[in-house]
Amino acid sequence: MCHLCNVFALFSKAGDMGKNNTDPLLSIQDLNTWFFSRKGTAKAVNGVSFDLAAGQVLGVVGESGCGKSVTAQSVMQLVPDPPGKIVSGKILYRGKDLVPMTREQMRHIRGNKISMIFQEPMTSLNPVYTIGDQISEMFTLHKGCNKRQAMAAAADMLQKVQIPAPHKRVHDYPHQLSGGMRQRAMIAMALSCDPEILIADEPTTALDVTVQAQILDLMLALKEEYNTAIQMITHDLGVIAEMADQVVVMYAGRVVEAAPTKNLFSSPLHPYTKGLMASIPVLGERTKGQAKGLTEIPGMIPSLYDLPKGCRFVNRCPHAFDRCKTQEPELSRADAGHDVRCWLHSQGEVTP
Amino acid sequence: MTDLLKIEDLKVHFPIKKGILARTVGHVHAVDGVSFSLEKGETLGIVGESGCGKTTAGMAVMRLTPPTAGKVFWKGEDMEGMRPGKLRSLRKEMQLIFQDPYSCLNPRMTVNQILSDPMDVHGKYPGRERADRLAFLLETVGMRPEQGKRYPHEFSGGQRQRIGIARALALDPTLIIGDEPVSALDVSIQAQIINLLQRLKKQFDLSLIIISHDLAVVEYLCDRIVVMYLGKVVESADFASLYSDPKHPYTRTLLSAIPVPDPFRKKERIILQGDVPSPINPPSGCRFHTRCPDRMDVCEREEPVMKTFGPGHRAACHLYGKN
Repeated sequence: MCHLCNVFALFSKAGDMGKNNTDPLLSIQDLNTWFFSRKGTAKAVNGVSFDLAAGQVLGVVGESGCGKSVTAQSVMQLVPDPPGKIVSGKILYRGKDLVPMTREQMRHIRGNKISMIFQEPMTSLNPVYTIGDQISEMFTLHKGCNKRQAMAAAADMLQKVQIPAPHKRVHDYPHQLSGGMRQRAMIAMALSCDPEILIADEPTTALDVTVQAQILDLMLALKEEYNTAIQMITHDLGVIAEMADQVVVMYAGRVVEAAPTKNLFSSPLHPYTKGLMASIPVLGERTKGQAKGLTEIPGMIPSLYDLPKGCRFVNRCPHAFDRCKTQEPELSRADAGHDVRCWLHSQGEVTP
Repeated sequence: MTDLLKIEDLKVHFPIKKGILARTVGHVHAVDGVSFSLEKGETLGIVGESGCGKTTAGMAVMRLTPPTAGKVFWKGEDMEGMRPGKLRSLRKEMQLIFQDPYSCLNPRMTVNQILSDPMDVHGKYPGRERADRLAFLLETVGMRPEQGKRYPHEFSGGQRQRIGIARALALDPTLIIGDEPVSALDVSIQAQIINLLQRLKKQFDLSLIIISHDLAVVEYLCDRIVVMYLGKVVESADFASLYSDPKHPYTRTLLSAIPVPDPFRKKERIILQGDVPSPINPPSGCRFHTRCPDRMDVCEREEPVMKTFGPGHRAACHLYGKN
C-alpha cells in the first residue's frame, strides 16, 4: 500500500480505538425493513436483533426469502427505496446509528469501515472498467491517494488475495478472470480500506468446492491479519460450522435461534434448525454406515404477504400445538448465550 | 448380465470457429476418452467441478450432443448405427431432469400440457387414458391432480422440480439422467426431492445417473461414482470404497474441501493452487499435474492409465506405479 494510505490508516485506527471499547462493533436492534408493493407489505426483516463483536465471525443461516440478505443490505443502507424502507429499528456501528445518516455520511462508512462481498462476482463488478480501476477507486475515494499510488495499492491488494502476476492482472477486465479470481478481486476491493466489518453474502455459493476451500481459507487468514469482523450469510451449514463463532438462524424475516456455533450444532433447539440439520446429507455418514435417512421439512416457506398468525413455522412444525397457531413466541434465552423463538423452550426469561 | 448402458472411450470435442471464414482454430476437449457402464437398477454418480465435462457426457449418452468418437451401447446395442426412428423410440427409455426448474418448463403451457407433450410425441396413453395418466403422474410426485391446470409460474422451485420429474416419468423410462437435480433448490426442499427420487427409483425400478458437484448428495444417492476432471475419468468406485479410501489426489482434495456441518470435527484440508485449466489446451501428461499436491516428474510427460485397486475400484494416477 502507498505511504500516504498507511499514514491515513494509522490515524483512523488510532482515532477509533479510544471510544466504545465495551460495546459490540455492530449492533442491530429490532430492525424492520419492509417492502411496500401492490400486493401488500412484505415484512422481509421483522424485528431482527443481533450483535457482532470485533474479530468475530457471525454466521447468518436461512433459506431464500428468510431476510438474511435484506438485513445485510439494511446495514449497508443499500435497500432499494422504493419499494423497500427501513421502517424502524437501529443499526449501531460503534454506538452510532446508521439509519438516520445522510448519504454523504454513509459514503464515508460504506466500503471504508463496513464493506461487502456478493455471491455473483460477475454481476457486482463493472464489466467496462478494469479490475485495477475498480479497486483503486477505493483508495482515491477513501484514502485520498492519487491515481498512480492507488493503482500500485490495488496491485498490492491483488497480491494479498493471492492473484498471480498482480501487476499484470490490474489491467484485466472482469471477464478475463475466472470465477474464483473474480471473487478474490472482489475480496481485495472489499478489504482495501481495512474495513472493521466485512459482510459476505453467500460468498462461495457460485464457486466450485476446491475454489470455495481456497476462498474460505483466504477469508480466515485475512481475518486473522486484520482482525476484521465478518458477517457470513449462507445457506450452507457446512460453511457455517467451519467458519462461524456465533450463528443466527433466520426464518421468514425473524431470528428463530441464536447461539455459539458449537452449542447450535450439538444441541439445536428450534424445530426449524433441527429440521435443517436433519435434511442435509452429511459427507461420510453413509460410508460409515451411519446414514439416518433424510428427514424432510414438509411444505415450504410461507409467503411474506400471507404469514401464519402465530409462529411462522407452525405449518411445517412437527411439534406445533394450539398456542403456536394463535400466538407468536418471543426470542427468549433458553441456555447460556443460546436464544430461541419457540413455545417449547419459552419457560426462561424473555431477552430484552 | 449385459449392462444397461455402456460407454467406451467417449469423446466430445467442440470446434472453436474464428474469423469471417469461420475456420476451426482449435477444439474444446469437453469429454476426452470417458468409459463407464451402468447396470439395471443401479444409481451412478458423475461428480466433478464445473467444466469437467460431466454434463456433456450425460448429453452425449442421450445423443443430444453428437459424440466425436467412442461408442455408446444401450442394452448391448451400439447406438451409433441406429436408424433415426429406432433412436427416437429408444429416447423414451431415457429421460432427463434438469438443474434449473425455472428455465426447463415452458411458461406458456399448463402443467398438464407440459406432461402431455412427451406422450403426444410418442403416441402413448392416448384418448381416455390420458387424464388418468396425468393425475397418476402428479400424485406420484406428490402433487394434486387439479394443480395440472395451472402454469409453471404459479409454483415454487421445489414444486417445479417435481413437475420436471413427473415429465421425465411420463413415458415409463428405464433410465433417468438427473443433471444437478437438487443444486438450485433450498436446503429443506433438497431433502424432499432426494427422498422422492429414491422412492421413485424403487417404485418404477429405475436406473439413475446423477450428475452433480455435491459429493454429499452423490454419496447419499449413488451406488457407484465416477469422478471426472477436465474431460477424463480419474477415479471410479462403489461409494463405500471411494469415500473411505480415495486413491486419486483429486478425489482426496475434493473430499477434503467440502465443509462438513460439524464444528467439532477437525479436518485436514488440502488447498489446491489455481483454477481448473482450460479444456482448449489441456495440460500434458496427467491433466491434474498443474494443481496436484503429489506431483512427480513423470506426471508432466506421461498420461497415467487406469489401474485396478479392488473390485470395481479404478484410478488413473502415477502414484501407484507403472502398471
